[in-house]
Amino acid sequence: MRSPRKEQSPPRTRTLRIGAGASYAGDRVEPATELAARGKLDYLVYETLAERTIALAQLERRKNPQNGYNELLADRFYSVLPHCKNNGTRVVTNMGAANPTGAAKRSAQIIRDLQLGPMKVAAVLGDDVLQYCLDNADRLKLMETGKPLSSLEGQIVSANAYLGADVIVAALRKGADIVLTGRGGDCSLFLAPMIHEFGWKQDDWDILGKGQTGADMVECGANVSGGFFADPGYKDVPELWNLGYPLLEVERDGAIVVSKLPGTGGVINRAICAEQMIYEIHDPANYITPDVVVDFTQVELEEIGPDRVRISGGRGKPRPVELKVSVGVLEGWIGEAEIIYAGLGCLERARLAEKVVRERLKIGGVNLQELRIDYIGMNALHGEASLPPKEPPYEVCLRFAGRALEKRDAVRLGNEVETLVGKGPASSSIPRKHVREVLAIYSCLIPRAAIKPRIIVTEVA
Amino acid sequence: MKTFYLRELAHARAGDKGDTNNIGVIAYEAHYYPLILRSITPERVHEHFRGIVKGRITRYELPRVHAINLVMEGALGGGVTRSLSLDPHGKSYSALILTMPVEVTEDIAAELMLKGRQPIARKIEE
Repeated sequence: MRSPRKEQSPPRTRTLRIGAGASYAGDRVEPATELAARGKLDYLVYETLAERTIALAQLERRKNPQNGYNELLADRFYSVLPHCKNNGTRVVTNMGAANPTGAAKRSAQIIRDLQLGPMKVAAVLGDDVLQYCLDNADRLKLMETGKPLSSLEGQIVSANAYLGADVIVAALRKGADIVLTGRGGDCSLFLAPMIHEFGWKQDDWDILGKGQTGADMVECGANVSGGFFADPGYKDVPELWNLGYPLLEVERDGAIVVSKLPGTGGVINRAICAEQMIYEIHDPANYITPDVVVDFTQVELEEIGPDRVRISGGRGKPRPVELKVSVGVLEGWIGEAEIIYAGLGCLERARLAEKVVRERLKIGGVNLQELRIDYIGMNALHGEASLPPKEPPYEVCLRFAGRALEKRDAVRLGNEVETLVGKGPASSSIPRKHVREVLAIYSCLIPRAAIKPRIIVTEVA
Repeated sequence: MKTFYLRELAHARAGDKGDTNNIGVIAYEAHYYPLILRSITPERVHEHFRGIVKGRITRYELPRVHAINLVMEGALGGGVTRSLSLDPHGKSYSALILTMPVEVTEDIAAELMLKGRQPIARKIEE
């Protein structure tokens, strides 16, 4: 076992290895453990927050103040921390979600259970800017509607700013073995170890741009190593079920290779790296992160070995002066229900069922803001843009979805679909129905000065 | 001129931010890229995504990886978090873009058919 961390030594010259252990809240546990066991990692990063995850976590925390961090944190840490301790691998993750302090407490308990001490756990706070946003609701403009935040008064449940790598770097400087954050830039989780280890200046935009290009490649985890890529006969992926999660090999000058463990499934090639680089960006010359504005337009992808791609040519420009905030807003309810018709004439029976439900919703005065009806098997995903079917389907699933301000209206939609059995067209499945609350996400920008990041370090003996 | 589905020339991945969807379209071969630039224009994409994209479509070019990025505003039913769609993120739009017909030069058509790729048999109604 390695000894406890010392104060920061001179900048590193060896290759830095950073593994990507997760890319969403419910991601699989085992691949990260395998990376930690065999990947000779310096850092393992778990990215687990989609836009809405943190707002959901805030609601969890309101129900129970102990909750609000990633539900799989204990599963992940029980299996991975023994390897991390053995191999000197530090963990950086946003699994803190709405409650980094609670996540740190739980982590400390796991370290004690497994007798892995001494270890330091850091909780990064400051992304929760709900109070600031409420205090300035008249002044802050929503990016989606252009209206002030105050137009959503009474519906706002959370506001979390995208913090950058700087505060994670500060936590690493304090010697943290595990850094738990809430909302931040996804890529910043990966960039922070590079800045910390190589001593990169936080205004050297080109080197940060290179680092962030690498971070962008792996922040969606297995999406760069074979996930969401396979299209048989066109893009084949070996052993998709056994996907190896990716890791970055970073040099001090910003040279980066994306790879994965030998003996795992999946694929890393130019094609998948190109898909991942463009994924969820807008202007490729100006990809805005809290740390640097990245320019991907000159990036070159080069296959240098089996499942190894070199990423070069990333560039950077000065970071934005303001930070983005995700605002969670309760906006009513969505009711959904499905019923399946099969056999000859199934489409005609489904169409009649649609008419029956529409008429009954009118008769009942059900108040829906929007109603959507899909014919699953024909056009549910692409609507009128779908290619026309060559022949009538043998079965079709009729799906209703409606949004309502009041829960009872959303419930009523499901009920009207349910009663199609017995009171609608002949011969169907038994319908399934579901009601959920709408937690919408809006965005606004706030000045960096409005954010007061804090780091709480717990030492576990 | 023969017409092929874009799927024979390129691959794609789609993602979301708010009510905006973006699709990266990447040519399998560098010499297919000019065909893609010529055929996959914002206007044609708008027509192909009828009923889906309510806002503006912007096309960015990434010639070094022979790719384009299509940024489609108002494409996610009012936003991922309130959409009634079964695909609120529009991740399946990458499959829809690959159903676009592309007119292909004779030499590339021959190359594709040598690989076992077939042109579109029936006439596509535009």
